[in-house]
Amino acid sequence: MTRKNIRFPLSIEQSRPGHTGFSLPSKTIGAVNEIPENLRRKSTPGLPELSELQVVRHFTNLSTANYSIDSGMYPLGSCTMKYNPRINEKTASNPKFLNIHPRTPDKFAQGCMSLMYELQMCLKEISGFEQISLQPAAGAQGEYVGIRMIRAYHDLKGNHKKTKILIPESAHGTNCATAVMCGYQVVPVKANERGILSLETIKEHCAAGDIAGIMITNPNTVGLFEEDIVKIAKHLHEVDALVYCDGANLNAKLGLTRPGDAGVDVMHFNLHKTFTTPHGGGGPGCGAVGVSARLQPHLPTPILLKKSDGSFEWDTNRPSSIGSIKDYNGHFLMMVRALTYIRELGPEGIRKISRDAILLANYVRVRLGEAYHVAFERPCMHEVVLSDKKQKGHGVKTIDIAKRLIDLGIHPPTIYFPLIVDGAIMIEPTETESLEEVENFCLKMLQIAAEAEESDAFAKYFAGAPKTTPTTRINETKAARDLVLSWKEL
Amino acid sequence: MSEIRENLRYTTDHEWAEKLSQPKKVKVGITDFAQNSLGDVTFVELPEAGKSVKKGEVIGSVESVKAVSDIFAPLTGKILSVNEALNDDPSPLNTAPFEGGWLIEMEIENEEEWNQLLSAQAYEQHAQ
Repeated sequence: MTRKNIRFPLSIEQSRPGHTGFSLPSKTIGAVNEIPENLRRKSTPGLPELSELQVVRHFTNLSTANYSIDSGMYPLGSCTMKYNPRINEKTASNPKFLNIHPRTPDKFAQGCMSLMYELQMCLKEISGFEQISLQPAAGAQGEYVGIRMIRAYHDLKGNHKKTKILIPESAHGTNCATAVMCGYQVVPVKANERGILSLETIKEHCAAGDIAGIMITNPNTVGLFEEDIVKIAKHLHEVDALVYCDGANLNAKLGLTRPGDAGVDVMHFNLHKTFTTPHGGGGPGCGAVGVSARLQPHLPTPILLKKSDGSFEWDTNRPSSIGSIKDYNGHFLMMVRALTYIRELGPEGIRKISRDAILLANYVRVRLGEAYHVAFERPCMHEVVLSDKKQKGHGVKTIDIAKRLIDLGIHPPTIYFPLIVDGAIMIEPTETESLEEVENFCLKMLQIAAEAEESDAFAKYFAGAPKTTPTTRINETKAARDLVLSWKEL
Repeated sequence: MSEIRENLRYTTDHEWAEKLSQPKKVKVGITDFAQNSLGDVTFVELPEAGKSVKKGEVIGSVESVKAVSDIFAPLTGKILSVNEALNDDPSPLNTAPFEGGWLIEMEIENEEEWNQLLSAQAYEQHAQ
């Protein structure tokens, strides 16, 4: 059934006075009288009035207009939507984890502390760092903690002339914001013709002595491994600068290479990207950080330690710490989910994550390599970047390819990022998709490339796409220029 | 494909500069190539009139449906006026980048810098 441009009525439009989905005992209502007169509302809050069944139907109907990982593939992988195995939810909904209060005394919370400690040990083993903190609430906060620690390191040493951070143009977009929030100036670094950083360029940037550190994404955003990472890290350390690694692309490295061994001083882990906790759009997540010995004293407090008798305690006596970054000890249930994934797979399974992710990305690269322009023609890691170079001449651009893909039943990949590739189409299948699913995606992409070469292709296939979805092509420009932020403005 | 005007000078950051009739007075905008690459512009952040700027300094930004790009001062000098109309409606940046989509007018300090800007031919090669 094709449903075109059905406008689902807003809950407020369905509201009728007196409809409710609850009944309160009269005693509770009586308590309102105890609230001082000046603190009481003068008018009702204007919330929708609906019965329980109306609410259930409203949200169920809305969800049918959506695309989800449970209904189809997302070729933009761990960055946006990697499958969250059901067993994660099963362990996280264990009442013993679910109902524990964050202020439970340590001696009654040893089980949960033991789980956190075990996750720390697993992440330490996977990454090669000296110590882990699970406290940051999400990847962005993990990034912030990382650069704050670098700042604390330099402040303690009196390195006040180190005011700049190197950020490759092939790094993640958030890195610049993080550096600026920590008071640093951003120095963009260009990649070489092979799409990666060269040591010589880094050396030139470091020559003035004002570089506090570098923020590297490895593999970088074009899916290429920074081959000189060890030499780059060594040089940075020689000029007393530190190396931050954006952990967003850890999915390509599990069991193959460890950032700690490569000389990285701090990395954040996006547990939702690599270890299949839910993607929350900013949290609650877990952006654990791992550090080298250089940054160990600056980790956020408290630190979870194991005592000689095997019990666990929180260490708050850390004078050089950047302090606490999150109330209590972070988002515990995310840790339960991540440890479930790690334990379910075991060491061999963990290695297979990255091998399969890399293999599938290269399958896409080769399968689509003739029909589409590949930004860098050599083996990639877990993601591959194509572009619309071969289609543009026929009047079909990246945005049109993406929208047409929706009509063929698949969510589009990331488009127009990274910025260093004109008309970029960034594809990351992840280890969670089967070869059959990935092949199906490739067939649809090949179909689109063939369609683009037909005469009058744009009018035939691309104009106004997607056409088969409940909402057809939206006017993104108008949406951005004429902001409507409240239903009251509709 | 993209329009390049003979009478203008250009920067490698895809901006154009035009000498006005008054001495040392220059008008600045982004090129047709730049607006094509950016896609529909949704928001422009302009500098304040009266500000002194150095060549290469970031003086504002252009936000499109695809990305945010910095605006660089193409020359050293003082900003005389900015195209305030773009704050309400940035669409001329796409429809008329060389006319209604101009960004700033400035008084330049040094003629040498003007001579270093790219000619139409040199810019055409750069944009390829």
